[in-house]
Amino acid sequence: MLGKGVVGGGGGTKAPKPSFVSYVRPEEIHTNEKEVTEKEVTLHLLPGEQLLCEASTVLKCVQEDSCQRGIYGRLVCTDFKIAFLGDDESALDNDETQFKNKVIGENDITLHCVDQIYGVFDEKKKTLFGQLKKYPEKLIIHCKDLRVFHFCLRYTKEEEVKRIVSGIIHHTQAPKLLKRLFLFSYATAAQNHTATDPKNHAVMFDTLQDWCWELERTKGNMKYKAVSVNEGYKVCERLPAYFVVPTPLPEEDVPRFHGHGIPIWCWSCHSGCAFKMSALPKEQDDGVLQIQKNFLDGIYKTIHRPPYEIVKTEDLSSNFLSLQEIQTAYSKFKQLFLIDNSTEFWDTDIKWFFPAESSSWLDIIRRCLKKAIEIIECLEAQNMNVLLLEENASDLCCLVSSLVQVMMDPHCRTRFGFQSLVQKEWIVGGHCFLDRCNHLRQSDKEEHQRQLSLPLTQSKSSPKRGFFREETDHLIKNLLGKRISKLINSSEELQDNFREFYDSWRSKPPNYHGLLLPHIEGPEIKVWAQRYLRWIPEAQILGGGRVATLSKLLETMEEVQRLQEKIEERHHSQEALQAEAASLLRTSARLSSLFPFALLQRHSSKPVLPTSGWKALGDEEDLAKREDEFVDLGDV
Amino acid sequence: MSLLRGLLGMELIGRSVRLFLDFQEKPASLGTFFILIDKEVIYICPFNGPIKGRVYITNYRLYLRSLETDSALILDVPLGVISRIEKMGGATSRGENSYGLDITCKDMRNLRFALKQEGHSRRDMFEILTRYAFPLAHSLPIFAFLNEEKFDVDGWMVYNPVEEYRRQGLPNHHWRITFINKCYELCDTYPALLVVPYRASDDDLRRVATFRSRNRIPVLSWIHPENKTVIMRCSQPLVGMSGKRNKDDEKYLDVIRETNRQVNKLTIYDARPNVNAVANKATGGGYESDDAYHNAELFFLDIHNIHVMRESLKKVKDIVYPNVEESHWLSSLESTHWLEHIKLVLTGAIQVADRVSSGKSSVVVHCSDGWDRTAQLTSLAMLMLDSYYRSIEGFEILVQKEWISFGHKFASRIGHGDKNHADADRSPIFLQFVDCVWQMSKQFPTAFEFNERFLIIILDHLYSCRFGTFLYNCESAREKQKVTERTVSLWSLINSNKDKFKNPFYTKEINRVLYPVASMRHLELWVNYYIRWNPRIKQQQPNPVEQRYMELLALRDEYIKRLEELQLANSPKLSDPSTSPSSPSQMMPHVQTHF
Repeated sequence: MLGKGVVGGGGGTKAPKPSFVSYVRPEEIHTNEKEVTEKEVTLHLLPGEQLLCEASTVLKCVQEDSCQRGIYGRLVCTDFKIAFLGDDESALDNDETQFKNKVIGENDITLHCVDQIYGVFDEKKKTLFGQLKKYPEKLIIHCKDLRVFHFCLRYTKEEEVKRIVSGIIHHTQAPKLLKRLFLFSYATAAQNHTATDPKNHAVMFDTLQDWCWELERTKGNMKYKAVSVNEGYKVCERLPAYFVVPTPLPEEDVPRFHGHGIPIWCWSCHSGCAFKMSALPKEQDDGVLQIQKNFLDGIYKTIHRPPYEIVKTEDLSSNFLSLQEIQTAYSKFKQLFLIDNSTEFWDTDIKWFFPAESSSWLDIIRRCLKKAIEIIECLEAQNMNVLLLEENASDLCCLVSSLVQVMMDPHCRTRFGFQSLVQKEWIVGGHCFLDRCNHLRQSDKEEHQRQLSLPLTQSKSSPKRGFFREETDHLIKNLLGKRISKLINSSEELQDNFREFYDSWRSKPPNYHGLLLPHIEGPEIKVWAQRYLRWIPEAQILGGGRVATLSKLLETMEEVQRLQEKIEERHHSQEALQAEAASLLRTSARLSSLFPFALLQRHSSKPVLPTSGWKALGDEEDLAKREDEFVDLGDV
Repeated sequence: MSLLRGLLGMELIGRSVRLFLDFQEKPASLGTFFILIDKEVIYICPFNGPIKGRVYITNYRLYLRSLETDSALILDVPLGVISRIEKMGGATSRGENSYGLDITCKDMRNLRFALKQEGHSRRDMFEILTRYAFPLAHSLPIFAFLNEEKFDVDGWMVYNPVEEYRRQGLPNHHWRITFINKCYELCDTYPALLVVPYRASDDDLRRVATFRSRNRIPVLSWIHPENKTVIMRCSQPLVGMSGKRNKDDEKYLDVIRETNRQVNKLTIYDARPNVNAVANKATGGGYESDDAYHNAELFFLDIHNIHVMRESLKKVKDIVYPNVEESHWLSSLESTHWLEHIKLVLTGAIQVADRVSSGKSSVVVHCSDGWDRTAQLTSLAMLMLDSYYRSIEGFEILVQKEWISFGHKFASRIGHGDKNHADADRSPIFLQFVDCVWQMSKQFPTAFEFNERFLIIILDHLYSCRFGTFLYNCESAREKQKVTERTVSLWSLINSNKDKFKNPFYTKEINRVLYPVASMRHLELWVNYYIRWNPRIKQQQPNPVEQRYMELLALRDEYIKRLEELQLANSPKLSDPSTSPSSPSQMMPHVQTHF
């Protein structure tokens, strides 16, 4: 290789891998001391939020055009977030600030968003937890939203380092009591904002009326009734206060096994409906088993006779994904996007497909989508009802049921419709966010086995629903993010039905206001770039990506609207207002593919060049040595 | 015609007119064609199972019409795409559909036909196909020379080298156009017209030619309109094992460097991996050494040779045809290395473009002979630097210039009409280039005037032999065969239906340099090309966003028209809104639907 080893400049040259400490040498820090003192940024606290500890002269390291830059500032930890108060906020122009998160700033990391904390000691990166004997020179925070922060503590006073590092570790890792979650102090301190117009608001499913509306909307009200037997959570804390069951089902049956074994309505369509049901507790005693059997026989009789016709039971806890599988796959998958620096990005780039696949995350997505399509096939093509069965009916039931609705019900593809769906299936539906997201930071491994200690519905009455919703959206996005192999344990006949149904749908032109099925063939399941690559500067396409077409579309939409207004004016020959439609994107001529994320990282128009080159060709090595043409040039 | 009839020794079926009226193609469009065969066969469709049909073979293509479902057209394959025809099964073959023909195509598919064992029907079909798919082996003309299609536009007029150089501002006081190669005497694989440094005399050029493989001396491909740095292309220097030097070549490169005064270095990009460049010394080639070329910096771009690319594409076919590797899609894709090669080609081109654009230095690009990897690098860098090449005609000019006129060996790489399917000269170099262009257009969806269909039709006619555009290896051979007089250009077809190939999102931006991100995280297999035969993978055409956008554009045009009408009629007596035929508010819901 003759290329002079320049990072990002030379031809396919492998640059020496920078160690963690060598990122920013003191002489490389382009900071103006004067600026630091002048531009002290104030900490914005939410109502009820308290500052816990802080450290000054912390250096936030930013990667930019393959060189490192440092910004001096203050690192603080509150009972809600970790925040860095630097002097670089001015880099944002107005256009971009329009799209800023109003609660969580660019340099804010909510405590619950922290995934892993690493410390760098003598150029070595170690995971930080518990009590520290030695404090690191540098703190690396990996976030659950895939941001990576580097804070250099070398110029910070020792006392402050100790305080901030142990503070951050404690507040992000120590087990927490539910009542200590920030949202409660926020709720107490903040004013109560209640949404006024139900039409411009997601349905919360916290009243009988909400369920009646949903029944009416889906035309399910003929065969089902909304019940209030669980009002005040008298029967069961896991179930919503109000829910829907088949009309002939006696309400007295609900409390028999604390709501277990009761078919709870999810959604209806013209040809069928979906129920979910939690399994009855496992019993050893023959007598109890007999009672359970009789009870279930009664239930099945109810839902098997007209007008319910045939019910297909889909046991999600036995022949579908396990929660552990999902968790393991996601942990592996997300690591592919938690990238510390440019060198790491390019080093992992050439061999990127293999780890992406071996995480099996994309395969899980495919299986979820496929399961949903199978259920839709039953509902649509076979006119069957489907009963989703799971231990607590609060994990895979939520997932499959909401996927089915997104595909079948165009209302669920609207903003409020989707929010209502999340509310119905996940939040009111009793998905154990607290455990699944480990908000209380119990030890890691048990995350999936534990029972829900407190019904989520309790926090529903608090004004801070947003927190939960955000988490849910997050989760749903993880689950919905990509389009979706092989069904385990399913008969050939089932496969054929599925194929036939799926192929016939695919052969027709799609109706975006009707049934929408995702593409699930291997090459169609892609990494959701907008989510996973959004904070990685190397991955951004300046002036490109989908946003380029979308902003074009928006521009035209605005133009059409303006024209419309003009025509209207002419028609009414009035002195109408010359109100120009507010333009969102017109002034920012060239957006990056990461828009609206990672705003600070778009600086120059220099190309990003891979720094690591070719890997071995393996069995093609002999070919590689051949010459293009078989002509001896020796005697020319 | 009678000659051919004689050659065939069989009766031609005279009902072509009726048959072709049913097809999409107008009967007059293909001039001299005739049906050679009309037989009942079973087409063994890998996706939908065996289909009983009727096959029609003309001297241009093969059609298959279903005998089952409303005589639907199942296949329409130009014979030019056929690379290999094999007989499967023998007289003793048992089992259903085991006796027939297996046809391997250059466009990522295979066709299998089962035939009856009786009546020599397989022999007839095999012979006809072999004769017309591989006309060169039978002393028959390639179909392009028989094609009598007429178009409104003459595609051969698209590229005029003098005009293209003038567009670039050439000649100027540093660069001149030379006619030294007018009769292809200097270099038989270069075009007649070359742009060289003003200060290099024709004699200098002749001396430099002795030191460059196949006399392919460094000549100008593109000049930066502002900083005047240039992209030069050439072949490897003939250094050999002994490390020969050539003062004229060294001086010539220095002259090139001096045309641009801001910088004191010339950058040489050798597209090959370092080891290959070294190995090439054994056969007389090599690279520019530091001690001979003081004022030059050399970088290797690690792009592999034609053989590696050919094997890589073969592997791609294995994982996508007929069945798509499902559960291990990504690892199988990785094992083909196809996208890694794409990544390296793009990375190389980005480096070339960045050097020139940042004004750091002029660039010389070569590989071994300067007609494969070199063409990829120069044309891609030019596409990144010069927005003109991102228009439909601009792209045609780019292909015509950097590929066709500069002697990319299309005939050898594609094997038009040649029966030797295993020839080591075959390689999908041009396809790889088009793939890179597609990757760029995917990353910059508003930067190209043309759409995906444009790229696909170019690739389809790269093999079809319907047009003369990609025939032969170099300009001198084309001139000898009078290709422009005797054949039709592909650009005639495209430019007379331009609307079909336009990208509605195209936004013309002059002087914008496009740098794609050459990361595997962004590179994708071009499903609509490589897996297009699989009905399960077919993507929606057009995509919903595009469809929506087209609707909006139509609406906008309608409103503009109405506004103009209203403005014309805007006299006080006509201002009663109730008489207007349709109120604009009726349109509102249409505009406001979200997608």
